[in-house]
Amino acid sequence: MPNEPRTAADRPVVEMRDITISFPGVKALQNVSFRLFPGEVHALMGENGAGKSTLIKALTGVYAIDSGSISLKGTDVLFSGPSQAQQAGIATVYQEVNLVTNLTVAENIMLGREPRRLGLIDFRRMRKHAATVLRGLNLDIDPGSMLSAHSIAVQQLVAIGRAIDVNADVLVLDEPTSSLDVKEVAELMAVIRQVRDKGVAVLFVSHFLDQTYQISDRITVLRNGELVGEYLASELPRLQLVSKMIGKDLAALEALEEGTKREAVERIEGGAYLTAKTLGRKGSIEPYDLEVHPGEVLGLAGLLGSGRTELVRLLYGADRSDSGSTTIAGREVKLRGPRTALNHKIAFASENRRSEGLIGDLSVRANIVLAMQAERGWTRRIPRRQQDELADRYIKALDIRPTSPGTLVRNLSGGNQQKVLLARWLLTEPNLLILDEPTRGIDVGAKAQIQKLVAGLSEKGMAVIFISAELEEVLRLSHRIGILRDRQKVAEIVNSESTTVDDIMGVIAAEAQPA
Amino acid sequence: MNAAPMKKITGNRLLWPAVVLIALLLANLLWNHSFFDITARDGNLYGAPVDILRRAAPIVLVALGMTLVIATRGIDLSVGAVAAISGSWASMYIISEGGASVGVVLTAVAVALLMALLAGAWNGFLVAVLGIQPIVATLVLMVAGRGLAQVITNEKILYPDNSPAYKLIGGGYLLAVPFSILLAGSIFALTAVLTRKTALGTLIESVGVNPEASRLAGVRARPIIFLAYVFSGLCAGLAGLMLTSNSTSADPNSIGLFIELDAILAVVIGGTSLAGGRFSLAGTLIGAFIIETMDAFVVIAISARSTDVFKACVVIVVCLLQSSRVRAWLLNVLRWGRRPNRPRHEPRPPAAPDPRDSAAVPDAAGASGALPVKVTPSS
Repeated sequence: MPNEPRTAADRPVVEMRDITISFPGVKALQNVSFRLFPGEVHALMGENGAGKSTLIKALTGVYAIDSGSISLKGTDVLFSGPSQAQQAGIATVYQEVNLVTNLTVAENIMLGREPRRLGLIDFRRMRKHAATVLRGLNLDIDPGSMLSAHSIAVQQLVAIGRAIDVNADVLVLDEPTSSLDVKEVAELMAVIRQVRDKGVAVLFVSHFLDQTYQISDRITVLRNGELVGEYLASELPRLQLVSKMIGKDLAALEALEEGTKREAVERIEGGAYLTAKTLGRKGSIEPYDLEVHPGEVLGLAGLLGSGRTELVRLLYGADRSDSGSTTIAGREVKLRGPRTALNHKIAFASENRRSEGLIGDLSVRANIVLAMQAERGWTRRIPRRQQDELADRYIKALDIRPTSPGTLVRNLSGGNQQKVLLARWLLTEPNLLILDEPTRGIDVGAKAQIQKLVAGLSEKGMAVIFISAELEEVLRLSHRIGILRDRQKVAEIVNSESTTVDDIMGVIAAEAQPA
Repeated sequence: MNAAPMKKITGNRLLWPAVVLIALLLANLLWNHSFFDITARDGNLYGAPVDILRRAAPIVLVALGMTLVIATRGIDLSVGAVAAISGSWASMYIISEGGASVGVVLTAVAVALLMALLAGAWNGFLVAVLGIQPIVATLVLMVAGRGLAQVITNEKILYPDNSPAYKLIGGGYLLAVPFSILLAGSIFALTAVLTRKTALGTLIESVGVNPEASRLAGVRARPIIFLAYVFSGLCAGLAGLMLTSNSTSADPNSIGLFIELDAILAVVIGGTSLAGGRFSLAGTLIGAFIIETMDAFVVIAISARSTDVFKACVVIVVCLLQSSRVRAWLLNVLRWGRRPNRPRHEPRPPAAPDPRDSAAVPDAAGASGALPVKVTPSS
């Protein structure tokens, strides 16, 4: 074991005590405490909205804290902005590389602190120094090359190189691996270990369980803006970690299971509406096989970032696959884009309602008829009367409020926005409806309505792919459940009376099989 | 007082531009009591209002195309150069054919408009197909277009002054009304029908508000954006014909010079956001009229030295009136500040921001992250 558990004598380099941050209407963090020791990798875990990024932003000075205190190396600090935190020795590498891609690697590493000679930049010294930094990272690239010429992974490593070169005490890595492939992740891990061994405290945020266990000494779990606990990685089994993140202990999860299981749909050989064979996209989702039959709800389970969304985006043509094939209703189809999918009666409601779903500045009416109008083409406008009728019908059927079709969609609540999005797709009368997190962030009543709607649609013969982070919901609605982990579809189970959330969590948390 | 109708009036996006236009017209009337007088000479209408409309016609045309382009989140800087190309070519052809016959003029007009259409298609190709930023893509033709016009006229100023048929387009009368007004009016009506009686308007707006959501909803953005630039080119070409016809001269260096700025200004004054999305053709029309009325006022009331300052002031007032923040502040001041302002400094909620928000206001983390680490003095 490279790092012994800390003794009480060790002083943490960062200590955040009772941090509370509220935004209008929400408590983003409530009395959260967090410690970070020199020479450790500390993972911050939690589901979406748990408060991970808020905590990081409090530490890096992006958000001001409402109450609580932060001490750095024993002295209390209060950062009024990110640059102050940086100067105090807290280096942050964000998910998206924040470097200047049209400068050279050396210029990026030395940006803002270029070596000078006679008032001019000493490029030779700069390049030499950068080369030393790169060697330290085992990164064999020309410091004089443009940063944009390198892969995201290398850019990420350069950002880390730059961060550690300025003698940071704390290195914050916010989802650094989300756009990297397996080999690149391994390189990054090696660098993180090296940095840790130099005595830097590393705060690591990732949705990948395997990576978390590979690299972390200590794990802090947040849920709903509150601290669940701090654990030694070696003493926290995966299953427990997952249940702490999701917030239900295993027994309680099972108790919730009611007898609402769906009867298995009789699958006719070759009767699948859509079949995917070794469909995949490099750096996004490993090749997978999948079948979905008419009248069937296929649930997809997995932690956030496990590739659920990436998987369905290939089925809708939102992203193009680079391997495998899709067969729709018996014919092989190349999904070139959303329009191709729409023409084959596939609909996809994105999990990002605001950025990828709705047109905020247009009315409820315009949003509902948009996909249908797009299908008809611009010359064949749906007459206003008919638009109103269609909008009214769905506003009633889905209980959308306010009921006036002229309201701008951005003024609706999350649940009602979701219903508008659903209405848009139902209007196209799809044979396959893909719903990505349709119940996230909406109130209980709307959630139940949407669940009922999905069940009803499948009974009428529609094929549905249903993604949700809430395993109970997946279990309640699905006939079969595909399980994803680390960008891979790792299992598919038939939902039966005896299937429990526990079973799914077991698969999600299972150790990755050595390839 | 009943609040609902009041709100309906004050909430209308056309209200403030209309108020400014009316104020300008009244100011003109104060200075010149016969400002609104329209007289008929030889069966044709004359007078300041007719003049304003006539001079606004080319700007209205260019601004109509610009409105659609801007609604798709784009901009077309090349309109002035395209006007120069079409005006120069038509003049050159009419002079070289010895001009007077209607057939020659029709050919000249048709070919000139075809060239403008091709210019628009070129812009559309760069933006919609190659994905080049609109401001850069149209800058190419903005610069190169005038060069092309120079080549067409052989670097001379042409005077197509022997063709009454050509003169009609920009300087003639039809049924007592200047032909250019009728022309601009019909293009306006055509555009309104094209965008509001087909689904084109909604689709343009949806692409402009949220391109990714539109794509996922099955909207094919490419042809829509392409068409907007083609239309803008066509409008600019027509404006070029109008300008050269009215002045019976074609100087490739000055036809439609800076008309792109007037057009953009008209669009913005009319309440269409440069960020794309919802657009208002009527607003653009009012915007163009404001610009021309301002010029008329300037001529009679303001000394030549301070004309630009006056125009700048009017533009600033219109733009400020359209800002909901400024309006709220003004209302607050009028209420004698009884209610204290809510504190402005609030952290942004962690919810996924609208991409347009983040484009306008870079996320604090993203902005600061450009320099992930500042120099730490070695301790």
